Amino acid sequence: MTSIKQELRHASKATREDVFGKVITYCCVAVIAVLVISILYFIASRGIATFTVNHVSLWSFISQTSWNPGLLDAHGQPQIGALAMMVTSFTVTILAAIIATPFALAVALYMTEIAPNRGARILQPVIELLVGIPSVVYGFIGLTVVVPYIRHLFGGTGMGILAGTLVLFVMILPTVTTLSVDALNALPGYLRDASLALGATRWQTIHKVLLRAATPRLLTAVIFGMARAFGEALAVQMVIGNAVLMPHGLVTPTATLTSQLTTQIGNTVMGTLPNNALWSLALVLLVMSLIFNLLIRFIGKRGQLS
Amino acid sequence: MTPTRLDKVATKVIEVFVACVVLILLFLLSTILIQGVPHLSWHFLTSPSQSFAAGGGIVDQLFNSLYLLVLTLLISLPLAIGSAVYLNEYASDNWLTGLLRTAIEVLSSLPSVVVGLFGYLLFVIHFHFGFSILSGAIALTFFNLPLLTRSIEGALAAISDTQREAGLALGLSAWRTIRGVILPAALPGIVTGVILSAGRVFGEAAALIYTAGQSAPVVNYTNWNPLSSDSFLNPMRPAETLAVHIWKVNTEGVTPDAVSISAGASAVLIIVILLFNFLARLIGRHLYRKMTGNSNK
Repeated sequence: MTSIKQELRHASKATREDVFGKVITYCCVAVIAVLVISILYFIASRGIATFTVNHVSLWSFISQTSWNPGLLDAHGQPQIGALAMMVTSFTVTILAAIIATPFALAVALYMTEIAPNRGARILQPVIELLVGIPSVVYGFIGLTVVVPYIRHLFGGTGMGILAGTLVLFVMILPTVTTLSVDALNALPGYLRDASLALGATRWQTIHKVLLRAATPRLLTAVIFGMARAFGEALAVQMVIGNAVLMPHGLVTPTATLTSQLTTQIGNTVMGTLPNNALWSLALVLLVMSLIFNLLIRFIGKRGQLS
Repeated sequence: MTPTRLDKVATKVIEVFVACVVLILLFLLSTILIQGVPHLSWHFLTSPSQSFAAGGGIVDQLFNSLYLLVLTLLISLPLAIGSAVYLNEYASDNWLTGLLRTAIEVLSSLPSVVVGLFGYLLFVIHFHFGFSILSGAIALTFFNLPLLTRSIEGALAAISDTQREAGLALGLSAWRTIRGVILPAALPGIVTGVILSAGRVFGEAAALIYTAGQSAPVVNYTNWNPLSSDSFLNPMRPAETLAVHIWKVNTEGVTPDAVSISAGASAVLIIVILLFNFLARLIGRHLYRKMTGNSNK
């Protein structure tokens, strides 16, 4: 009697096992959550020190172009203006996205609409290989092939926004393509069938029906690519020229947020103003990455409603 | 222009764009291999690097890359499997799960240089690990976790629910079902995901510059004691990887033969990553066949 009572009142072996499993997996996921929160916290707390501890005004940080954290200007203010780097970062990102989008769309359309079997069989490995090439190797190719070629065509050093754009465009191509393929594959088949049944040609179907229906997801694909381009560090750093100057053209040396970070953070002492200023650049990167994320969510939601 | 003609033209244009992409890839691969392979030699692969003289090799960097990869996978694989199991098997569809998924998405979209800087701040400086393999492996784990979690989750989600129901119908707990039925069935997918992520980890440099460091101290490959300071297994020593080496000799190196070293090292990187991709397919297909007894696919 008592043994039955005990058995009924206590958790069975299976239940205990289940609790054990839940606890373990929950811990794993909690580690990731804690990690994300601490990344946000640490970078943010370091990044705002420039403004809270060193009393640099936020406005001069985003509107000035002279970047010399070690020196003071005529008014006795440290020269911390990140505008030049932000402009360069955004320019290379947007240009890379503009060039990459038609190529990515063409490959995606070829893989889904024009030659679904043969095209996918050939192009899938092509995309996977492009993803697999490490960013330093892209940078190295940029440095030894792209930069000399630009130098030959336009003179100067050959380094600058144009070289950065060309390297980034190839780097984000696989990201944008893969997501565009997913977007086109997710469209219901009846859209195609209905359009073709109305007598539309394949191009009319693609242009008037499929691309429009897939627009929200295609946009998120491009934004994912831009997020990757914005955060890419080494490949860009190797070809951009690393001079913190407002870009005057596509072939003059300049610097992006990431390139300045990678080259300078080791040369500054923790806790000093030049160091804090660099952490502020990291914070800008972090905030932009969050904004890209929000944009993707926003567009994704809008896409679902329509 | 008639619609039919426009259709033909548009198709041609798309084909031209596609051909461009294929040509770009072929150009990249051939450039890397043609520039690099002539520099590959037994001497290059087995001698230590030189800072100021020509003729240095990459043996330490190559070993460091592999060692970091192994340590990274040791840390990130259990965490990724646990998280993926939670998200795919246990998590109910509520705000908490949504938040966790968002956290993983945010982590995966963070620039790798930011992840590296966080590792630098927390482990190198705060915890006094210094520039070390351990700091590097942890930073790479952060970089690797979201991708790996997502690919394992995908592999788990592809397992049919009938398998779970069968397990539960036999009176097994959900945990036993996951361990004994679901995970083995998802193994081919998991292995493919792991190998592909290994390729990415192997080529990553931005997260490592300020965590694993940019120097490769002389190590003794016969000292198997991980606690001894000159042992090749010591996780607390700085370790420049192959990818970091390519970056360094190109940007701040004073090595006279920087171009040929980086060409050779790039070729080694690409060959290893191609090998990983190839292995991922081969092993994935082999495991799938073995587990399911299904010979087509």
